[in-house]
Amino acid sequence: MSDLNKNYYEKITFRDALRLAIHDSMQEDEKIIVMGEDVAAYGGAYGATKDLLKLFGPKRIIDTPISEAAIVGASMGAALTGLRPIAELMYVDFFGMSMDQIANQLAKVRYMFGGQINAPMILRAQGGTGRSAGAQHSQSLETWIMHTPGLYLSIPYTPNDAYHLLRTALKINNPTIFIEHKLLYNTSGVLDKNNPDQIFGKAKIRKKGKDLSIISYSRMVNFAEKAAEELAKQKIDVEVVDLRTLNPLDRETIIESVKKTKRALVLSESCYTAGVPSEITSIIFEHCYTNLLKPVIRYTAEDTPAPVAPNLEENYIPTIEKIVEYSKKLCK
Amino acid sequence: MTQSNTLLPNLYTTMKRIRTFEERVGELFIKGETAGTMLHLSIGEELGPTCLGAAMQKQDTFTTHHRGHGIFIARGGDPKKMMAEIAGKKDGYCKGKGGSMHIADMKLGHLGANAIVGGGIPTVVGAGLSSKYLEEDKVSVAFFGDGAMQQGILYESMNMASLWKLPVVFCCINNQYGMGTKIDNAAGLKDFSKRAASFGLNTLHIDDLDIENAYVKSKEIIDKARKFEPGFIEVECYRFFGHARMDKSPYRSEEEEIKMRKSDPISYASNQMLKNKIMNEDEIKKINEKISIEMDEAMDFAINSPLNNQKEIFTDVYDESEPLPISVEERINKILS
Ligand SMILES: Cc1ncc(C[n+]2csc(CCOP(=O)(O)OP(=O)(O)O)c2C)c(N)n1
Ligand SMILES: [Mg+2]
Repeated sequence: MSDLNKNYYEKITFRDALRLAIHDSMQEDEKIIVMGEDVAAYGGAYGATKDLLKLFGPKRIIDTPISEAAIVGASMGAALTGLRPIAELMYVDFFGMSMDQIANQLAKVRYMFGGQINAPMILRAQGGTGRSAGAQHSQSLETWIMHTPGLYLSIPYTPNDAYHLLRTALKINNPTIFIEHKLLYNTSGVLDKNNPDQIFGKAKIRKKGKDLSIISYSRMVNFAEKAAEELAKQKIDVEVVDLRTLNPLDRETIIESVKKTKRALVLSESCYTAGVPSEITSIIFEHCYTNLLKPVIRYTAEDTPAPVAPNLEENYIPTIEKIVEYSKKLCK
Repeated sequence: MTQSNTLLPNLYTTMKRIRTFEERVGELFIKGETAGTMLHLSIGEELGPTCLGAAMQKQDTFTTHHRGHGIFIARGGDPKKMMAEIAGKKDGYCKGKGGSMHIADMKLGHLGANAIVGGGIPTVVGAGLSSKYLEEDKVSVAFFGDGAMQQGILYESMNMASLWKLPVVFCCINNQYGMGTKIDNAAGLKDFSKRAASFGLNTLHIDDLDIENAYVKSKEIIDKARKFEPGFIEVECYRFFGHARMDKSPYRSEEEEIKMRKSDPISYASNQMLKNKIMNEDEIKKINEKISIEMDEAMDFAINSPLNNQKEIFTDVYDESEPLPISVEERINKILS
């Protein structure tokens, strides 16, 4: 890892920003432990915990068996009894085997027991398409989490957000699910440790604009930014809204943006039906229907599993060309 | 040749076909022709799939884990269609939609390879239930890695197989590692047969390179399963190379790899054949050359197979008598028109 103790990094990868966030938090709080498959010796399937074993030792950086249900459940148990675990699932797809522990246990433990206890932990997981990883390793399952009261949900796009959202999640007492897109780990950007540039639950306007709001999160914000650049050349001024956390959700920023632009496209890599964009679209309709000049568009992945064939996978999710095309139609 | 004189050459041939196939998958990757990098090769692990594959009968069914190419070759999989699947092409077993980790062929009893560790195990319990109900005399075998020994679903499945006396065999290909985690850091009790025995299963632990003996022993377990005594087989082996194509195995030493690669089931079998004068070097060479040509052809077939039509994104989600899912494009254009 590049120098650990700097406060400002001109260029750092998303992966290293996460590692720094875990590192800095662990130095401050000795109750934090990391557990998951291959997080220690291997350094994490995507390298987000590389070298942490050397720095913190096997007592705090713990390789687990391939037992997702117990990884989540045991992390919760540790969180109830004095520790603050960062658990890792190699893929969000493995919510599948741990969903009872996530949804019936972790999300509900505080409420069911009348607020007696908190489960302060983070569950990190990696999702999305882009590596021909197939139907069981390419999903975007944020909707499952967002539909489950009791869980906070962070889904950052930039290294700076990854760092600060993880740091924040380790300071609050609610369980947070932290979803990282597999194609973001190698992307890079600025990290300013002194500039959180956010409050947990606050969306970020990545680009101001007046003609159309593109509302998105995670890797799709990158597609929105690229489409906005192209559209600028064609005199369409797009506002790009990066939600960053889906619970808490910054409804105000969404509403304010659409009231201004009067047009909205909600962009996501999850499936179309009953997804996160469906929720955002409802909020826009509830609050902005008198302002809207055009129907709100949800642009998402198809309502099918993800195919392996690269030429199919590419078109299974939104493309920049089509974001441009739909945006132009919206602004006609 | 007598029956006992054809057994070893046959087993050798299957192992060699598996290895050569996997080597060609590696080449296909280097040529940039594979769909993605999640290619889990079974080089070094050929013994288990080969002897179980031979001990099973034609009508039997099975599921595999993500490292399943070898098992399917041992059960009659067509290398061409497998390679095309790995390339994500139209002529693949699953039209290129599943890839290396999701090869299946219902006609050959392959109920599916799985990318979820442990995901395919309960399927064989259901297949055993069907077989018993329909009186079909089919044994169903689940193949999985040592990693799946730590998944709860395995124990739920073992219990059901035992409780309902199903024609089922659980086969653990123990290659000592689950990705970068050595078995010692994953299993509280490494004697897996003990775990299975505690559910009332017949057990077998194969930990040497004598494939003829392994074949005879696994056949006993499978034959008992056919009579509704479910079983468990653990085959110890070593994954000669990385977990997947990109993994350089930084978590284990070169000395360990060099030492363990000496336990090569294929050279062991060919030495046995020479020693016992079952075959001479020329004959073995001829087999190898034939296999090499077969697998080259499979690779060429995959490279030349056409890409999928975009419409294939939408097919196969539901039964073909049902309408296709509506594309996002169609939905949006309807709203915007
Ligand atoms: C439920 C689940 N957890 C984790 C993974 C990620 N993963 C893929 S292969 C693998 C190791 C599996 O080890 P093992 O079962 O021993 O099979 P091997 O790869 O050694 O053949 C892991 C952790 C997965 N695919 N599914
Ligand atoms: Mg293994």
